[in-house]
Amino acid sequence: MKKLINDPNDVVADALLGIEAAHPDLRVDHHHKIIYRGDSPKKDKVGIISGGGSGHEPLHGGFVGLGMLDAACAGEIFTSPVPDQMQAATKLVDGGAGVLHVVKNYTGDVMNFEMAAELAAAETGARVVSVVTDDDVAVQDSTWTAGRRGVGVTVLLEKIAGAAAEQGRDLDQVADVARKVNANGRSMGVALTSCTVPAAGKPTFELGETEMELGVGIHGEPGRERLPLASASEIAELLVEPILSDLPFTKGDPVIAFVNGLGGTPLIELYVMFNEVNKILSGHGVTVARSLVGSYITSLDMAGASVTLLKVDDELLSLWDAPVNTAALRWGI
Amino acid sequence: MGHLILSESVTTAVLDRWVRSFAALVADNKDHLTELDAAIGDADHGSNMDRGMTAAVAALDEARPASAGALLSKVGMTLVSTVGGASGPLFGTLFLRMGSSLGDTGTVAATDLAAALRAGLGGVVDRGKASAGDKTMYDALAPAVDALDEALAADVPLAAALDAARVAAEAGRDATTPMLARKGRASYLGERSVGHQDPGATTVALLLEAATRAFQP
Repeated sequence: MKKLINDPNDVVADALLGIEAAHPDLRVDHHHKIIYRGDSPKKDKVGIISGGGSGHEPLHGGFVGLGMLDAACAGEIFTSPVPDQMQAATKLVDGGAGVLHVVKNYTGDVMNFEMAAELAAAETGARVVSVVTDDDVAVQDSTWTAGRRGVGVTVLLEKIAGAAAEQGRDLDQVADVARKVNANGRSMGVALTSCTVPAAGKPTFELGETEMELGVGIHGEPGRERLPLASASEIAELLVEPILSDLPFTKGDPVIAFVNGLGGTPLIELYVMFNEVNKILSGHGVTVARSLVGSYITSLDMAGASVTLLKVDDELLSLWDAPVNTAALRWGI
Repeated sequence: MGHLILSESVTTAVLDRWVRSFAALVADNKDHLTELDAAIGDADHGSNMDRGMTAAVAALDEARPASAGALLSKVGMTLVSTVGGASGPLFGTLFLRMGSSLGDTGTVAATDLAAALRAGLGGVVDRGKASAGDKTMYDALAPAVDALDEALAADVPLAAALDAARVAAEAGRDATTPMLARKGRASYLGERSVGHQDPGATTVALLLEAATRAFQP
C-alpha cells in the first residue's frame, strides 16, 4: 500500500483538519466529525444534512455550502457515521424550518440515520424528513435484497434539493423535489481495479490485468459480473443500456448526464467515456441538457467510472442551474 | 436439584467479565472477521467491532454501572456511538434490549439472562428485519437463544446451558456458509454470496463463547 497518510487510523481526522484549513467558510466539529456551513443555522431555511462512510470524497463534505448541504457527517472509511453525529448535525443546522436527511441506501446508513432522527426528535423536537437514494441499476430491486444502492444520483440530488431549500421552500416541498430527483435518476458503475482501504492495507478484491468488474458499488464490494476488459465504447454501452431501459428513458427526454470517476481514473479518460455516452444517448434521441464530468462520488483509489442519467424538467433544470458555492461544485456565484 | 438450579444467579461482576471476554475475543479475531467481510461485504467488520468493544471496555473501566441492566445498556450505547455501519445499530440494539430486559437488578437469575437474550434477539429483528436463512447474525443468535431456553427448561445448570447455546451458535454460524444473502451488502452479490461464512454470525458465536468462559461457576 502506497498512500499519502500518516497513520491509517488517523486518515479521517487528518483530512478534516485539512478541509478546515483549506476552506475558511466551513466549520468542522472534530469531535462529531461534522463539516458545516459557517453561517449555520440559517433562520427559516430548511437544513439539509447528509453523511456516510468516508472515502467517497468530495461526497459529502465537499458539497457543504451555499445552495447545497448545510452539514455533512463523516463516518470511518466506508462505514456509516453513528447516530450521535447526525443528531448533532441536525441540531447545528435546524433554523426552525426542519431538516432533510439525505441517506444513501445502505443497510448501515439507513439504520444509523433512522436512530439519529428518532434521537433528534426526542431531544429537541426537530422535524426531520429522510429521503433515501437508490439509483444503482446493477442491483436487482427485490424483497430478497437490501434494495438498490444509492450512488451517483446522490450528488445531483444534493445540488437540486439544496437549491430548493435556498429558495425558501418548506421541508415537505424540498423533500418532494429530492424524491423526484431520486425517482428520475439511474446509475451504473464499472471498476478496473479494486480500492485499498488504509486500515486493511491491501486491495479489497482481486481483479486481473485483463478483467473488469461490472456493476460495482462504491465500497469495493464486488459487482454484478466479472468480464474481460473492453474498450471505452463497449464499456459505455454496458453501462448506459441498462440505465436507459430501466427508467425507461425515451426519445426526446432531456437529461443531466453525469460521468463520474471512482477515484483512480484520470479526467482525460472520463472525457473519453463522456464522448461514448453522448453518442449512445444521441442514438436513442435522448438530449443531454446539462453535463457533469469528474470524480464526485468516489471509492478511494479505485479505477473506474459510473454513469448517472437524470431525466429533468424545467423545474429541475432551473434548480440545477441555481448558484452553488461549495468546495467541489461552484457556479453562478 | 431443580430448586437449586432455579435459584442459580449471576452478579453484575460476571456480566462485566462477559463483556470483557467478548472484547478480547473480538480483538483476537479482528483480522479473521475483516477477511470474512471482505469476501461478501466491505472489509471492515473486525476493525469496527474491535473499535466498539474497546470503547465499551473503556466505558466500564471509567465507572462500572451498579446494575446488570445499566451495565449492558452502557455497552449498547457505546456500540451505537462508536461502531457505525450496520453492526453498530444491530449489536448496540442487542445489548440495549438485554439491558432494559434485566433492569436495575444486581443479581440475575439464569432464566432472566435467557429472557434478556431473547429480548436482544427481538431488538435485532426490529432493527434489521432479518429472518431465518437470510445469512445474517440472526442465524447464529436465534438458535443460541432457543438452545439456552431448552437447556434451562431441562434443568441444565447455567454454565452447561450456555455451552449448549454456544454450540448452537457455532452450528448456526457454520450453516450460513451455503446460504444466499438476502440482507445487507452481501445481498448485492446474489449467488456469489454462497460459500462464504457470514461475519455477523461469526461475531455472535464469539459472544456465546465469551459467555461460556465468563459464566463458569
